[in-house]
Amino acid sequence: MNTRTDRIVPRHAGFWSDLSSVALRALRLASRDLEAIIPGMAVPLFFLIVNIGSLQSFVEGNLPPGFDFKGFQLPVSVIFAVTGISRAGSLVVDIQDGYFDRLLLTPVSRTTLLIGLMIADLAVVMVMIVPVLILGFIIGVGFETGILGMLVFILIGASWGIAFTGFPYAIALRTGNPAAVNNAFLLFFPFAFLTTAYVPKEQLTGWLSVAANFNPTTYLLEGMRTLILQGWNSTAIFQAFLASGIVAAVSFTLAFSALRGRVRRK
Amino acid sequence: MTTSASAIEARGLVRRFGDKEAVAGIDITVDTGEIFGFLGPNGAGKSTTVRMLTTLLAPSDGTATVAGFDIDSEAAEVRLRIGVALQDAALDPKQTGRELLDMQGRLYGLPKEVRLRRVDELLQLVNIGGSIDDRIATYSGGMKRRLDLAAALVHQPEVLFLDEPTTGLDPTSRAAVWEEVRYLNKQLGITIFLTTQYLEEADELADRVGIIARGRIVAEGTPDELKRSIGADVIIAKVGSGDGARAAHALSALPDLDSVEVSGDQLIIATAHGASAISPVAVTLANNSIKVSELTLRTPTLDDVFLHTTGTRMDADESEAVTV
Repeated sequence: MNTRTDRIVPRHAGFWSDLSSVALRALRLASRDLEAIIPGMAVPLFFLIVNIGSLQSFVEGNLPPGFDFKGFQLPVSVIFAVTGISRAGSLVVDIQDGYFDRLLLTPVSRTTLLIGLMIADLAVVMVMIVPVLILGFIIGVGFETGILGMLVFILIGASWGIAFTGFPYAIALRTGNPAAVNNAFLLFFPFAFLTTAYVPKEQLTGWLSVAANFNPTTYLLEGMRTLILQGWNSTAIFQAFLASGIVAAVSFTLAFSALRGRVRRK
Repeated sequence: MTTSASAIEARGLVRRFGDKEAVAGIDITVDTGEIFGFLGPNGAGKSTTVRMLTTLLAPSDGTATVAGFDIDSEAAEVRLRIGVALQDAALDPKQTGRELLDMQGRLYGLPKEVRLRRVDELLQLVNIGGSIDDRIATYSGGMKRRLDLAAALVHQPEVLFLDEPTTGLDPTSRAAVWEEVRYLNKQLGITIFLTTQYLEEADELADRVGIIARGRIVAEGTPDELKRSIGADVIIAKVGSGDGARAAHALSALPDLDSVEVSGDQLIIATAHGASAISPVAVTLANNSIKVSELTLRTPTLDDVFLHTTGTRMDADESEAVTV
């Protein structure tokens, strides 16, 4: 056996190197975890078809002529596709298997253990949007804002996907419990349904209308829909990113607080 | 950084979990280049001590330095200089062995060419052949242990912590790990802090042994020193159940016996002159109508030391200390 030749001098690799190491590993593992990703891809496609099939005539019949329900629904499916996509499940496995401790035994920057996963999530989320968009094109949805608008549309969707990841990561780091992480998607239900998912805001009445006003998803959908249906509306686009930003501020605060708790050596 | 010739130096190290004191103020000094065996039953505080010394847990009280750096205020510097193989192999089953070792090297800032070289070098140590490019999920338990050890060695640590490295391994794998530990220490000069619940393992490998029980170090020294501390010889007398206390009382009148301990149906008699003491022991027991089914003379073991210092016997198979 010969395990030592020239003397090695280990050193702190630095934030960016640590970040790329953690993110690359997460991306590699995501590509090996397709059984967890493919169902998440199929569900929004299914709902896009079903919602259009069941509601298009009803909604368009009750609105002024020219209302495009397909274009109206596409952002909803995109949001369903990207919400809850995260490596939080594999983070729990790392915690349970002791691999997270192995990482903590190295000089790795602690914050990169979370940011690196989120970078991988960003890539996965953007990939998840593509099949929904393709289905949208197939059924005739077009972008009033062209290719640039489509890219902004993807960015808004991705920003929401990443903003939401903070919740499952917070749960994963606080509990180390896979079942609890799986249930993180339930947090999305109020965001998903107390909003303009199926009809325009003007059609909402009573408490649902009030709730939708306070729901960031309403502004997110509005910003994405303008890119498809109306054209460039900088206010709507800004509000969409702002909605993601507000949710990110809350969820990231929870997630990084949970990370601090997990690595505190308490 | 503190100036110290010791690889590990702990003073009054305490760790509490709520009201429970898992480690109750231990002092340890491990010299550079030695193998220190940390021996104790499950629940004695071994793993908690390792987790403190390796910076995974903060001490509740006390101080310690590892490789010259304080484990609390200079934890990042400690991490650069230690390698750790925890009790359960801490691996990622979805990566390949090569990917895991390469990532480990990246986190220690090793350039790509060094990482490639180190993986090749470590392959000779872990001896998992072509499986290095297979996913770790497909590895056997022994292969996972060896890969875990390799991961701890990627950056050539000054101090290596091995937390019960052979627990659960078959005798052949255990012997292979012992050989690797000796090689790492003798040939590569790595200081090794080895926790174990196996007396034989500590006896075989360690230059010095610390025995921990209920969070405290109860004995420390070379295996020979510890064994000699309870006498040159040990006489084991197996008596009928219930006769132990009476037999011990009867033997207490004999000269030349250093101690008489009762452990279940056995009397453990420490003496400096076993050959000359065994006959009086047999006669005394017979005169007191105590039936002896076995009478054995042997040299002391670390188990005898454990019994002598704690009043309990180590029983690794049961993973518990047995109170007598």
